[in-house]
Amino acid sequence: MSGSFATNVRVVRALGMRSIRQTFRRPQLMAPILVFPTLLLALQTGGAESAVNLPGFPEVDSFLQFMIAGAMLQSLMLAGNSGGIAMAVDIEMGFTDRLFVAPISRFAIVLGRLAGTAALGLVTALWFLAIALIFGAPITEGVLGALVVIVLVCLSAAAFGGIGAAAALRTGSASVVQGFFPIIFVILFLSSAFFPQNLMVEPAQTIAEYNPLSFLVEGIRDPFVSGFSGEEMAECLAAIAGFGLLGLWLSAMALRHRLRMGG
Amino acid sequence: MQAIVVEGLERAFGEIRAVQGVDLEVAEGEIYGFLGPNGAGKTTTVRMLTTLLLPTGGRASVAGHDVVDEAPAVRRAIGVALQEAALDPLMTGRELIRLQATLHGLPTAEGKRRAADLLERVDLTAAADRRVGTYSGGMKRRLDLAAALVHEPRVLFLDEPTTGLDPVSRKGIWEEVSALNREGTTVFLTTQYLEEADRLANRVGIIDNGLIVAEGTPSALKADVGNPHLEVQLAEGSAQSAEQVCERLGKVLPSKDGKVLVELPGGASEVARVVRALDDAGLAVESLDLVEPSLDDVFVAKTGYHIEQADEGDEAEGGAADQEEAAPA
Repeated sequence: MSGSFATNVRVVRALGMRSIRQTFRRPQLMAPILVFPTLLLALQTGGAESAVNLPGFPEVDSFLQFMIAGAMLQSLMLAGNSGGIAMAVDIEMGFTDRLFVAPISRFAIVLGRLAGTAALGLVTALWFLAIALIFGAPITEGVLGALVVIVLVCLSAAAFGGIGAAAALRTGSASVVQGFFPIIFVILFLSSAFFPQNLMVEPAQTIAEYNPLSFLVEGIRDPFVSGFSGEEMAECLAAIAGFGLLGLWLSAMALRHRLRMGG
Repeated sequence: MQAIVVEGLERAFGEIRAVQGVDLEVAEGEIYGFLGPNGAGKTTTVRMLTTLLLPTGGRASVAGHDVVDEAPAVRRAIGVALQEAALDPLMTGRELIRLQATLHGLPTAEGKRRAADLLERVDLTAAADRRVGTYSGGMKRRLDLAAALVHEPRVLFLDEPTTGLDPVSRKGIWEEVSALNREGTTVFLTTQYLEEADRLANRVGIIDNGLIVAEGTPSALKADVGNPHLEVQLAEGSAQSAEQVCERLGKVLPSKDGKVLVELPGGASEVARVVRALDDAGLAVESLDLVEPSLDDVFVAKTGYHIEQADEGDEAEGGAADQEEAAPA
């Protein structure tokens, strides 16, 4: 690793702060992360409230209580994608070269971006927790449950940020990374984010069963709906670890490619 | 002691050989001007020397460290201001310098102090807390230069630091580069401006198609090409006839901006003879300029064309050579 450990930690913090400032100074970056999932949540909960009466639907106080985890997942995935877009913009304008010629670990540059994405995850979690409380979707596990949700959302955002960063480093193109946007939705709708898995028809049910996003959303949903479940929490953490490691591995490969080809 | 040693450096992108075996040495405390048209291989060379790109052949060391095997040590010793001033428009000038200080491991308090000093040095104190997006081109270049100096590098790489700047801003950058050099910093300066290389560089390397075609002090290079030449502007359509007349009087050089160029070893004393010959041939002369040898003449002598013509050609063709340089970015 280039530079001392302490220097690299300071670099991660500084780049994370830059990433957060960048987002708040360009509110249009924040809009799709919060506004779009919130609108979708409003449309879905407003138009399909009676879904909770379907036989086999989990016991909930309101449809919002079920849906809020899906909205959080959607939002944090968009945050990860947005982090990737911001990194690609840095590459396009040459800012990443400024970082690459510094005597620091090049991985610290990726981790700095992920720290910023995790902070966006925090904003996301707080936003949707506030919506849940204001519009009558109680958190069954109370304050501890809320804290667990916040941690899971931040970690998930960082994990998806890793995949966004890898895409940015590999392609160097903001428009290509932005092109992942529709894919996010397809994968998301093939999970249990917006509908209980047991009520889906085949083959959607089987796909959702093995879709790692289902593990993620169920882990976030548990504290809202049915309370903590050891198995679902373990699956959720495993999914986060899986996405995180995949993102870091892909980023490492992309960094090597970039050095070989320039950048 | 050499600050930069390059031996047979090569870089290929697939079939395209952007740099084809560059050899050069830059002494400590020197300003080395790396001159060439767009797509000649300047930026690719700089990217290899600054550890941003792996060479595909040859070797290079900067500040005594190999650019491949000891890349972190190279990065500690160098400051880099790359082409197009890669700055985040959403950051303020002060934030950028302080980030740069953190990247180079300076403690927070020292980073703060260095930021204030450097912003003062490049005359940006008043604009320090404004977002970079509001800066003019010259201000951005000065900020970029200041950021490259935050850790007091031994070797400074400046990649076309004045491209696109107005003459006043350009002069400001030149003065700053000269001052830095007087303080002992070795400067590797790439440029496509002949005047810039002539004015700043102790030695110049001319690169064309990935190869160094000439190297030496500006005065030695100019002395090598030797003679002054006369630039003759004639009425439209008579250039070809004028060239035929001039061929009898001296060596005719490739024309430039529609002017006929003829080498005159005797300088001013031979001008009257040319004018008389053109007059006798019935060719109306609109203007005459006797030009002492310049780096452009060196470039012409070594490559057969003017540096501006190479740039225009690149632009007209969509810049095949540019793409060679753009590929790594």
